[in-house]
Amino acid sequence: MSAPTTTDTTAPERGRGLGDRIRFWWNNLPRPQQWAIGVPAVIVIALLPVIKPPIISTTAVDFGGMMAQFAMIALIAIGLNVVVGQTGLLDLGYVGFYAVGAYVVALFTSPASPVWNSADHGFFSGPWAWLACVPLAIVLTGVTGVILGTPTLRLRGDYLAIVTLGFGEIVRLLADNLTDVTNGAAGLQNVLFPEVGKSAQNPDGVFSSGNNSGTLNFGVWWFWLGLVLVIAVLFFVGNLERSRVGRSWIAIREDEDVAEIMGVPTFRFKLWAFVIGAGIGGLSGALYAGQVQYVDPKGFTVINSMLFLCAVVVGGQGNKLGVIVGAFIIVYLPARVQGIQVGDQSLGDFKYLFFGVALVALMIFRPQGMFPARARLLAYGRQVYAAVTTPVRARRAGTAGVEAKS
Amino acid sequence: MNRRVTVGAFAVAMAAVLTVSACGSKSSGGSEGGSSASAGSSSGVTIAPIAQIDTAGKEVPSADASSAVLPAGDGKATCPASTIAMAGALTGDNAALGINIRDGAQLAVDQHNKANPGCQISLKTFDTEGDPQKASQVAPQITNDQSIIGLIGPAFSGETKATGGVFAQAGLVATTASATNPALATNGWKTFFRGLANDDVQGPAVAKYMTGKLGFKKVCVIKDDSEYAAGLAKAITTGLGSANDSSCNGDVKTKDRDFSAIITKVNAAKPDAVFYAGYYAEAAPLVQQMKNAGVEATFVSGDGVNDPQFVSQAGSAAKGADLSCPCGPAPDAFKSAYKTEFNQDPGVYSVEAYDLATILMRGIGAGNTTRPKLLEYVRNYDGQGLARTYKWTSDGELTSSLIWMYDVK
Amino acid sequence: MHALADGLVLASTVDFDLRSLYDGFWTLTVEGLTYGAIYALVAVGYTLVYGVLKLINFAHSEVFMVGMFGQYVALLLLGFTPSGNAYAEGTAMTLVYLVIACLFGMAVSGLTAVGLERVAYRPLRKRGAKPLTFLITAIGMSFVLQEFVHYVLPKFGGDPPLGGSTAQPGIRLVEQKKLFELFDASVFNLTLIIIGSALVLTFLADTLINRTKLGRGIRSVAQDPEAATLMGVSRERVIMLTFLIGGLLAGAAALLYTLRVPTGIVYNGGFILGIKAFSAAVLGGIGNIRGALLGGLLLGVMENYGSVVFGNQWKDVVAFVLLILVLMIRPTGILGEKLTRARV
Repeated sequence: MSAPTTTDTTAPERGRGLGDRIRFWWNNLPRPQQWAIGVPAVIVIALLPVIKPPIISTTAVDFGGMMAQFAMIALIAIGLNVVVGQTGLLDLGYVGFYAVGAYVVALFTSPASPVWNSADHGFFSGPWAWLACVPLAIVLTGVTGVILGTPTLRLRGDYLAIVTLGFGEIVRLLADNLTDVTNGAAGLQNVLFPEVGKSAQNPDGVFSSGNNSGTLNFGVWWFWLGLVLVIAVLFFVGNLERSRVGRSWIAIREDEDVAEIMGVPTFRFKLWAFVIGAGIGGLSGALYAGQVQYVDPKGFTVINSMLFLCAVVVGGQGNKLGVIVGAFIIVYLPARVQGIQVGDQSLGDFKYLFFGVALVALMIFRPQGMFPARARLLAYGRQVYAAVTTPVRARRAGTAGVEAKS
Repeated sequence: MNRRVTVGAFAVAMAAVLTVSACGSKSSGGSEGGSSASAGSSSGVTIAPIAQIDTAGKEVPSADASSAVLPAGDGKATCPASTIAMAGALTGDNAALGINIRDGAQLAVDQHNKANPGCQISLKTFDTEGDPQKASQVAPQITNDQSIIGLIGPAFSGETKATGGVFAQAGLVATTASATNPALATNGWKTFFRGLANDDVQGPAVAKYMTGKLGFKKVCVIKDDSEYAAGLAKAITTGLGSANDSSCNGDVKTKDRDFSAIITKVNAAKPDAVFYAGYYAEAAPLVQQMKNAGVEATFVSGDGVNDPQFVSQAGSAAKGADLSCPCGPAPDAFKSAYKTEFNQDPGVYSVEAYDLATILMRGIGAGNTTRPKLLEYVRNYDGQGLARTYKWTSDGELTSSLIWMYDVK
Repeated sequence: MHALADGLVLASTVDFDLRSLYDGFWTLTVEGLTYGAIYALVAVGYTLVYGVLKLINFAHSEVFMVGMFGQYVALLLLGFTPSGNAYAEGTAMTLVYLVIACLFGMAVSGLTAVGLERVAYRPLRKRGAKPLTFLITAIGMSFVLQEFVHYVLPKFGGDPPLGGSTAQPGIRLVEQKKLFELFDASVFNLTLIIIGSALVLTFLADTLINRTKLGRGIRSVAQDPEAATLMGVSRERVIMLTFLIGGLLAGAAALLYTLRVPTGIVYNGGFILGIKAFSAAVLGGIGNIRGALLGGLLLGVMENYGSVVFGNQWKDVVAFVLLILVLMIRPTGILGEKLTRARV
């Protein structure tokens, strides 16, 4: 938040948590074995809304639809993690990027869009319009990131936080007020979506909201699409992390002044973090617009920004897999509570009360998040890691770990 | 140290409590006198109907509301145990309207079940938070639950836009008690029925009534940022024509509580009336602050403000306000039954929800226990409700488009 | 594609109405100051807690909200009816009621703030959590307090029920009376009460921090917690007092706000005001009580001007753009950070 503190000097004991145990185990597996475990694991997750396991499934909301939202928030969390977790810049207005992404798609494809004077949107109509909009959404949101970042990234800590919060609100208010451009509060309906898998039963394809009966409803399809994108983005961000860019981010997070002195062009890399984070947010927004097929300003309030941040911190900032778990908690917990009935009282009314309590409890018992990131060597980290940890583990399990800062 | 401070803080609090209770008992006689005088001026304020008007703003005699179809019916309805659903915001920032709808429908269901032992109907509620994305997750749950044969909802225009197609595909009759956006009826959804007049009806009628019967020459139009308000304000501005002074039109945001900038403009324009398109939560402080700032214009507003909460919050400042509504005056029996069950006065859209639930349950009681049959029943329905006559066009709009005018006394 | 270009003409949706600003300048100024004074009082709570703990206490807006309910309950206990008036018994009694309601509101807010610190933040401090963890906890507590008032409080009954999703029918404590005209703006008794009390209270808080032994303790902890502890200052005690002071001021602000807006007593009634107050704190220079006052007043006045010039729907945009512009020029706020670099 303020001057970034050093990583986890105060974490209870290194290498003892569940997250660490999983991490050690995972990191010590050879690549092929990682694939052999990772791929089936992803498939199991992908099949969750199809199997609908009895206790896990949500009762009041569609499990597939909820999982689709989870995939979007997971993308958001990964993007925000680049900014908050990796680079240590507190961004409270991330919802603004989400909004820009959703609005780009909606403005180009919705028949209600004031940007077009006719129903014919040229290139942006027809079955592939949504797909055509996605790169555009990413690029335009990235540009928004530059517009926001250039003047504000010279600010430090909490000043940046409040300025980004203001930016998030400004984006929403612009969407609300510029009626001639965004259709204001009336929103943009009938946003296009990828029209694939058309059949007699689903004349608009499997991604259409009309496909809502049976197990493979549109929620599930959107979840699968989202999952594919999450994995793609994970690879992208993972590679960035291991590159010069990622090392610079961590240097900035740990100590910006030192990083600057050591020759890291801090402003440029902070801007990069912002732009990449923004682009991922825009991608998620494009998913949102396609799935809901309706976009209006109400969905992009400050509270959403806070929830996104919760996903990152609860999951464990800096850990791109952890924040996905965080995203799951943020989406799943209120949705799951909603269907429970105790006597006459539906617990759904209290879902945000429970959510608040859960957040506080989680933070008290795991202040560093569920799967906290550990500082480690980034280049050739795996090899060094394997070389060093194996003998150590043989001696005393669980205490090892080459810390970049140790 | 800590302990001392904590104890100190508690002592302060206890002292405050004691002072308060002491003063309470001591001054009870005095404050009774004082507050009864004030109560006379505040709780005496009520919303009373003046006239029923048509789209040209002309007064028309009202139909007999005593013949309204009530949920209890003749008590002889028989049906297998059936379910109807209600979808709308029950949590989050927009919960107030959703809860009004849920409670209105619940009251109808309870009255029906009590009177008809042979036909027990349950109401399942689905919380959308008023959020289109949540609504898109809730909609499949409703359509996939084959026991649900009728729906009241979704509550808002936005979520209806996002999910209307889902219900149309499933052939589930979706009656909305509150979504007033005119465009909703033009999507070709055969299952969409609107239980109240849309914004395009209310706007021109009220505008004509203001310029005609009330004789206003200069009107400022203020709206909030909801879709409902945007539609209504547009219709009103068009209807007012030259009587609208655009220099004093203004926009407020939901949850705004300070309107000094708008009031400054209104004060400068010195209009005959101010029309507010929006909900009572913002209207109450607005009307209070206008009174305080010495604005003498008549306050006119639509159905979003026509709520007991408006007068109870705005108090005597609400006096003299004219309120329109596509809803007829709720009978006292309904009001007291509602108050008994939910410890609250019925609010905006409660009556509509009550009427719509009644229609669905009457249909079920008449043996329409499948989705297609109930849909057909609603499509051909023609009957008097508590609020108005319900008969729909093929688009799902009401055929009668009469508006009631009320004033606050 | 030129349809696209047509659509992007922004100017058509934004008007500039300088005429109204000119005509209503003094009225707008007075009204803006009234709101700004309330912002300032809430901002002090943010600024103090931030100065000492480096924590954005997002739940502070809920402390304010609870204070509104506190004073409302006090008035109910005094025997007033909802949506009634409390000014029928003359000025002296009105003042007594005002003070009782204010003390009650302050007590409720103060206790909530201290309780918040005790339940949510202290366990985190014990575990040496990172600042972001505190922020998330604050968000969590904000949910808890809001939802408690929204859904749990009404279960305890009352007519109309306390809490719930609609605003309470507020009780008007002071009858608005015009006192005099300043240039061409009417100055009401309410205006004077609000601005006056806010000024007095911020002055008291400032004195407390800068002139007393207690304040020296707070400043020392803000500056260097370890050194302060070594010098015999109890960090825990200082932190609790900081929350208490912030809470008490928020409670007072809650009363002043309900004087102005009797219909604002609702579970989510503190949120926007909280964000504005935090912006005010940053605007003036965080950790700086005089800065909070200046930031509050400036924000209140400027957003009022802006909402007349550009239209009321741009009010929040004006507030945030002002904040961003000021921070561009002075990255640590107008008066700069203070508490952290205070003279001891």
